[in-house]
Amino acid sequence: MTAIELPARPARTPGLTTAAGQVALRALRKYLRTPGLSVMGVVQSALFLFSFRYVFGGAIHTGATRYVDFLVPAYVASIVLFTGGGIAVAVATDRADGFTDRLLSLPVSRYALVLGRTAADSTTNVWSIATTAAFGFLFGFRLPGSWQEGLAALGLCVAYAVVFTVVFVVMGLYAPSAQAAQGMSLIAFVFAFISSAYVPATSMPGWLQPFAKYQPITPMVDAVRSLLTGSTIDVGLALAWSAALVVVLAPVAVIRYRRP
Amino acid sequence: MTSPASPPLIEADELTVRFGTVTALDGLELTAQPGEVLAVLGPNGAGKTTFVRCVATLVRPDGGRLRVRGHDVVREAASVRRDIGLAGQFAAVEPTMTGRENLEMTARLFGHGRSSARRAAVGVIDQLRLADVADRRAAGYSGGQRRRLDLGASLVGSPRLLLLDEPTTGLDPVGRSEVWEAVRALAVTGTDILLTTHYLEEADELADRVVVIDHGRVIAAGRPNELKASIGQDVNDVAVGRELVPAVARILEHVTAGPARLQPGGQHVTALAPGGAGQLAAVIAELGDASIAVDEIGLRRPSLDEVFLALTGAGHRDSERTEPAGPGLTVGGPAARSAS
Repeated sequence: MTAIELPARPARTPGLTTAAGQVALRALRKYLRTPGLSVMGVVQSALFLFSFRYVFGGAIHTGATRYVDFLVPAYVASIVLFTGGGIAVAVATDRADGFTDRLLSLPVSRYALVLGRTAADSTTNVWSIATTAAFGFLFGFRLPGSWQEGLAALGLCVAYAVVFTVVFVVMGLYAPSAQAAQGMSLIAFVFAFISSAYVPATSMPGWLQPFAKYQPITPMVDAVRSLLTGSTIDVGLALAWSAALVVVLAPVAVIRYRRP
Repeated sequence: MTSPASPPLIEADELTVRFGTVTALDGLELTAQPGEVLAVLGPNGAGKTTFVRCVATLVRPDGGRLRVRGHDVVREAASVRRDIGLAGQFAAVEPTMTGRENLEMTARLFGHGRSSARRAAVGVIDQLRLADVADRRAAGYSGGQRRRLDLGASLVGSPRLLLLDEPTTGLDPVGRSEVWEAVRALAVTGTDILLTTHYLEEADELADRVVVIDHGRVIAAGRPNELKASIGQDVNDVAVGRELVPAVARILEHVTAGPARLQPGGQHVTALAPGGAGQLAAVIAELGDASIAVDEIGLRRPSLDEVFLALTGAGHRDSERTEPAGPGLTVGGPAARSAS
């Protein structure tokens, strides 16, 4: 019988960035090598945008603003709420099939696990945002102001992508199964739809308006709209919501990794 | 080997784990010394996996203490993680990555630098004979290849203690023997191994020492031979044609006043022989009276399987009594063993 010679023992445990990098690299490879994830996400966001723009759009009144110009900035800002369910499912699947156990049994920082996962999914979400913005222009959206203002608005959307990623990572970590994670991610639809993103909040019945007004998505999309025209209305509030969500939820994720 | 001063490999003291109202480990006491392959054996739900997950720092004990190489799994979890490698019943490899990519990733996560991770991966690929498939995505691997890759991933960091949770569950016989060969080859090198299994054959093949647990407690421990000797009874073993199995079972149960079992293969009917050779004579006499011609008959030492059933009382559990052949006849084999 042959003996198995093991490689030399590593002298130290991996650093935070190395570990996070490996976790992120694996998540990105999975995304890129699974056509269902990388291609379908783009197709899905284009289909939703098409439906809003050409199917529902005619019936929605947005005053002097063309509906496509009202819709596209908000749609790009909130696209991750539609596509992010996949993040929650991926995280829950890793827990169910033992991959997370393997990671947790290794001498890696728990912060690295959250950081790596968030970095990878934020990257794929930037891809969603870029392709969705491109479809927006294709479906008739025109920048109301300068391209610099357009870039500022896009930058804010990217920041939101990180925020929403953390939200879905937490959902995936606490969901008892992948199916449950899929179901839980539908909560994001509630926040996306009952906001000023797709219709003016003032068109909703009076009892629904307070929710639409005071939940984070409304100031977040309004901030993107205002940046496009060079104003900064709601930007402070939107950034405060973003920071609050990350500051509260990132530790919640780390805690879940620490006490599985 | 190890100096006498070195701490035990694993030391569980009154280890208790509860999940809600279910007590998975109920004051488990266990000490394992370095230099041996230890098998934790028990029916499903006995607490095997929970125990391994505690050793791997994945489950926090609710009570008692657990030390791995002298390190407490709760207070010194980081030190424990440096010493262990975990391979589970679910092969935790990334299917969209190649075998080599999987191994290099895990090596980096163990702390290897870029080039030493590459060398570690190459080494493991060589040792586990994965060279042919190393650059193919793991999604296309056979069950045995996947399990060996999973094993390899736990080895790239050269763990001092390898944890194998049901390493061959769900594998076909070829895959199983591939994994067994790898585990033996590791044991030869001196890697300490803790494995759980509900295949008695596996414990018999691989382990230097076996700990039998049931309901979260250790109910027996020792070398396989000691365990076989411990029930102190030989086994009546009668081989007959299939159609005679029920009749032979009735006679065995009549003479031994214990349950008869049909062995996998459907030819051998067995029963413990508390009365030794005298009972064998009685069995032969009754078979003669019934004019039953047998192919083989004799007394032999019990298999670990039979020891296990005697210890856990699993032979008397209702779920085990899937008796296609005769009254009170229990059918052996992995299916019956994994039930309960």
